[in-house]
Amino acid sequence: MLDALGSPQSLLVLGASSDIAQATVAAVAARGRLNRVVLAGRPGERRDAAEASARALPGMSGAAITAVDFEASDSTSHSSFVDAVFDAGEVDVALVAFGVLPDAATVADPSAAANVVTANFTGAVSALTAISARMRGQGHGVIVVLSSVAGERPRRSNYLYGATKAGLDAFATGLGDSLHGSGVSVVVVRPGFVRTKMTHGMDAAPLAVGPDEVAQAIVTSLRGPSRTVWVPRPMRPVMSLLRHLPRTVFRRLPI
Amino acid sequence: MTGVESTLLTGWGRATASLAEVSHEASVEEIAETVRSARGTPRGRGVLSRGLGRSYGDAAQNGGGRVIRTDALTGIGVIDASGQVDVGAGASIGDVLAYAVPRGWFVPVTPGTRHVTLGGAVAADVHGKNHHRDGSIGSHVVELDLVDGRGQLQTLRPTSPGFGAVVGGMGLSGVVTRVRLRLRPIETASLTVHTRRTADLDETMAALVAADQEHRYTVAWLDTLSSGASFGRGVLTSGDHSTVGSSPGGEPTPLHDFTTGRVLPGPPWAPPALLTRRRMRMFNEAYYRAAPSRATLSQESVAAFFHPLDVISGWNRIYGRTGFLQYQFAVADDSCVRHVIEMFQRAGVPGFLAVLKRFGPGTEGAPLSFPRPGWTLALDMPALPGVRDVLDAADDYLVARGGRLYLAKDSRVKPELIPAMYPDLDRWRELRDQLDPDHVFASDLARRLTLC
Ligand SMILES: Cc1cc2nc3c(=O)[nH]c(=O)nc-3n(C[C@H](O)[C@H](O)[C@H](O)COP(=O)(O)OP(=O)(O)OC[C@H]3O[C@@H](n4cnc5c(N)ncnc54)[C@H](O)[C@@H]3O)c2cc1C
Ligand SMILES: NC(=O)c1ccc[n+]([C@@H]2O[C@H](COP(=O)([O-])OP(=O)(O)OC[C@H]3O[C@@H](n4cnc5c(N)ncnc54)[C@H](OP(=O)(O)O)[C@@H]3O)[C@@H](O)[C@H]2O)c1
Repeated sequence: MLDALGSPQSLLVLGASSDIAQATVAAVAARGRLNRVVLAGRPGERRDAAEASARALPGMSGAAITAVDFEASDSTSHSSFVDAVFDAGEVDVALVAFGVLPDAATVADPSAAANVVTANFTGAVSALTAISARMRGQGHGVIVVLSSVAGERPRRSNYLYGATKAGLDAFATGLGDSLHGSGVSVVVVRPGFVRTKMTHGMDAAPLAVGPDEVAQAIVTSLRGPSRTVWVPRPMRPVMSLLRHLPRTVFRRLPI
Repeated sequence: MTGVESTLLTGWGRATASLAEVSHEASVEEIAETVRSARGTPRGRGVLSRGLGRSYGDAAQNGGGRVIRTDALTGIGVIDASGQVDVGAGASIGDVLAYAVPRGWFVPVTPGTRHVTLGGAVAADVHGKNHHRDGSIGSHVVELDLVDGRGQLQTLRPTSPGFGAVVGGMGLSGVVTRVRLRLRPIETASLTVHTRRTADLDETMAALVAADQEHRYTVAWLDTLSSGASFGRGVLTSGDHSTVGSSPGGEPTPLHDFTTGRVLPGPPWAPPALLTRRRMRMFNEAYYRAAPSRATLSQESVAAFFHPLDVISGWNRIYGRTGFLQYQFAVADDSCVRHVIEMFQRAGVPGFLAVLKRFGPGTEGAPLSFPRPGWTLALDMPALPGVRDVLDAADDYLVARGGRLYLAKDSRVKPELIPAMYPDLDRWRELRDQLDPDHVFASDLARRLTLC
């Protein structure tokens, strides 16, 4: 369970090699209470590297770190995957960080486009459904979901990704409300542009942040009821403005 | 038994919460039945008993599991000529006082609130202002009934090995259903109380040591915010039960006029910013000034002397949504007290209501009982992330000097420090395994600190 000062002891990460996830693992480890970390993701060099850097973190000396295989698009496996993780011990915080940002070719290809939805949205729905059920069973827990400002209002340059995040955001927000009073909460994180491998080579948008800033925002919002967190904070008024622009204007914006 | 209801439970500090299946068993047999059925549930999350929820942290929570409220077990038996009485584990210290004081008897130990159950008092082996003289409550238990992990009722006496797993065992060795307590005879319902201000920490500590020789009850309130020459100034109160005939400082209240005390309604909620550091400093200043500069003598009621905070019901809400915690440690070495307060001051810990007292010998054979000879300091503070590092540092400092924290108050210590704080932890585990071989009893505290 989170202690009185909001420090978790156990952490499950879906999308272990994500830069934001790795920064979050480091920020949680710095609180010195972690004894169990499950790094779930597709096997490969990136996950191995994430595991190695997790092991090297200060504050991780007493923690049992395991890397396990997780494929977001394979929804049928999610229930047994989540059961195995929870059967082996408590999960105080689950971080759902997997996601893909499609390139132009993917957006133009009907089946590749649908696969993006499967990974970003469908896979998150099955994973979150399984995780929330098991957290209900423990009577406590925090689920952190990486949504995006892109889901607030889909842009012409990014509408496929934006649509998956809009769906994910709606699902996670509603799930959080449905869990009210259960001891389990959902933190929906809406970052703007984050400098990670996902955005590598792209021009940074205004209000761009690094993964550490997202991680800090996450660790400071673990306590309390379900809520939405904007990173950086001014993203909230900015998006609220953008959301209310007439479509004819919004469409012409160079974003 | 009324139905089982999913309920979000927190400790008194309201800083941690988890959902449990809460039930109000009507009898000892129903409690035994609940334990037996939990025992038969594979991969269940166990059972825990809960009294009045006055432990500050997660000791009385069992997320995802079953929580037995003991509020039906409130019977109090006849007090025999030697002062022994059977008390249901769900009866509170206040209930016992209301019954016993008019009959000329007093509880052997009372914590700073009367709203704790006997079960909770035994489970935490609570101490009072008389610890230096009388030890903690476990030393005054003649025998107790326990529903063990097999769902069987057994009677334990101080000579039974399992007794020491229950006293201080934080509910993890079974459900206490009855406590046979040895009461203390009294002549009046009043305390003769000496109050004096002390100028600095050395004087406060010396005055406590001296008062312990003279008086049954002693405690010092400390101003942990004052620095410089007045660092560690305080207000020392020492008391004894007033006797008939000799009544310095006023008329003692006759036994039959005893009342447990008034209760004012507390705030239903409070903004988190209510307790600013400045206001705490003002409060401390006012409290200190209100105490007489020269020692005075007065007659005080049981409620005013032992349970001053009980006057405001739900005062724990004053800390607002973030909740609060209490840091309470015990340590032998005098200099540690000064050092820890200095650490807190340097870190700007918004301390408030600090209480200093000396402990006498600990409870024999109870490995998780908190008190140990030396000093104990208890300090409330809001559960804000800013205190994390300084509390961790204070833990390390204290552990290196043989100090320990009180499990009934803890909500944040690192689990790896527990074996150093409680060196006989493994002995406790062995004793507990005999009472609860299948580990049916569980709590959020036990999971957080891997106690079992
Ligand atoms: C204002 C205030 C002042 C305090 N002052 C003091 C003090 O001076 N000295 C001191 O020692 N403590 C003090 N305390 C702490 C308090 O005395 C203990 O936390 C005590 O355990 C609370 O009793 P409870 O009935 O509320 O138990 P709960 O908080 O409900 O439970 C505490 C523990 O007891 C166990 N338990 C409860 N009932 C049973 C049972 N029937 N059988 C087995 N286990 C059981 C629970 O499982 C849990 O582990 C104070 C607390 C407050 C709020
Ligand atoms: N970067 C931004 O600007 C930004 C802004 C807002 C929100 N976000 C969101 O934040 C989250 C983390 O992003 P990031 O910036 O840290 O990006 P990242 O470093 O590229 O991480 C993406 C992660 O998703 C995993 N993943 C992708 N498809 C998967 C699949 N089918 N199955 C399992 N795992 C899969 C990747 O694993 P592999 O290593 O196996 O590929 C990787 O761990 C994402 O949900 C992203 O949408 C990012």
